[in-house]
Amino acid sequence: MSETQEHVPSVIKAEELDPKFKYEISKIHGAEKIMLCYQCGTCTADCPVSRFSDFYRPRKIARMVQLGLKDRILSDKDLWLCTTCYTCIDHCPQDVDIANVVRVLRNLSLKHTNSMPLVFKELAGNLMKTGFVYVIPESRHKRRTQTGLPPLPKTKPEEITKLFEIIGFKNLLESVETYEKVE
Amino acid sequence: MTEEEPRYLLFLGCVIPYRLASYEISARKVLAKLGVELVEMPEYNCCGFPMDPVNHDVMLALAARNLCVAEREGMNILTLCNGCFGTLYKVNKTLKEDKEERARVNKYLNEFGMEFKGTIEVKHLVYALAEDVGFEKIKNAVKKPLTNLRVAQHGGCHIVRPKNLIEKDDPENPRLLKELIALTGAKCLDYMDEAECCGNPIIGVNEIIPFQMAKEKLDHITAVGAQALITVCPFCHMMFDMNQPRVERAFNEKFGLPVLHYPQLLGLAMGFLPEELALNELRVKPAELLSQVQE
Repeated sequence: MSETQEHVPSVIKAEELDPKFKYEISKIHGAEKIMLCYQCGTCTADCPVSRFSDFYRPRKIARMVQLGLKDRILSDKDLWLCTTCYTCIDHCPQDVDIANVVRVLRNLSLKHTNSMPLVFKELAGNLMKTGFVYVIPESRHKRRTQTGLPPLPKTKPEEITKLFEIIGFKNLLESVETYEKVE
Repeated sequence: MTEEEPRYLLFLGCVIPYRLASYEISARKVLAKLGVELVEMPEYNCCGFPMDPVNHDVMLALAARNLCVAEREGMNILTLCNGCFGTLYKVNKTLKEDKEERARVNKYLNEFGMEFKGTIEVKHLVYALAEDVGFEKIKNAVKKPLTNLRVAQHGGCHIVRPKNLIEKDDPENPRLLKELIALTGAKCLDYMDEAECCGNPIIGVNEIIPFQMAKEKLDHITAVGAQALITVCPFCHMMFDMNQPRVERAFNEKFGLPVLHYPQLLGLAMGFLPEELALNELRVKPAELLSQVQE
């Protein structure tokens, strides 16, 4: 894998550091224990993605939060490489819940960068339209009848759209930019 | 086991109706024969899992809405998908235990007259078979033991991890699916890094790493001489079956490893015909395997 421009590490400048960031993150459900990380690296050693990625490192993510590299970590597309296998959570000697920290950072990155991977915008759009993350084609419905399967239940996509609205996610979806792949 | 037959609301999720009818068909056949009653779940929606990366509250609300539907119907949920199970199980547990979180999610649900009360349980197929149907009953239903077969299992992540939340099988050395496979008479082989992820969840954002992960698993599985891989999750199944030709092309290797849903394997042992279990719908054709079974 070739090293792309955004992966070239640059010197950390003192003004980049936001000392409050780690406290903000620790207040969010799932990331409460981020300060307990003592950088043993078990998460990275046991991460199946880190074995194949030259860049995705859970330990580095934890350290960036602790240091307060807010803009760097929230703009880091490698956040999207976690498969949520939760091995890091099971193996962490400090119970840091690192995969949940990654989830918290992903959630925050949407507003911070006003962007997200395209696939999630598509899935969310389908959800509001059909109640499922896919648009199940008519041929599939027909095939169910032919193979003796009961019809799929009627969904209530209007309730899903309502949920997206009151959570404030619908507006964000309309304005957010998207990108296709993460190297 | 009580005399009462197990009864569940069947939560199909999205991937199964969209892509994997073979899992649904075989699961319905086998469960009916084992005396399990499946009730169609009305008005359900996506479990919420695919939205967690972008908005945790959307995931919570979607999952809780499903749980409320089940509470209204007064029945426990059965899922066939690991992702659906992990999400619904964890949200159910969290909202039962964490009053603050429950109040917050209920505020969303109240908008359309729903309220999470915490009155039902969520089970995955594997746990329903092991805990509610019971090994004894499954063993008695096996009419044609598959003693010729050597298979491997890939149980997947979200039925066992995180360990402190699921608190069921051991994620480092998962046993339940192996024991369920042993009941069919097939030999379940150990292989390296059995508990590792299939890679599928990031296939939408990266086109290299998930295939490297799947390839490594296929290497380990074929190295021990397994004739088939057994899965209990539509995502894992797609990664190893539907995407197997893509893995083969990318690495210029031939695996030709049939990947069966566990109910297909069990169904064969119970005497169902391959076509009754939708084995013809698999991408990697199990013809050789079936000829062995029929011997």
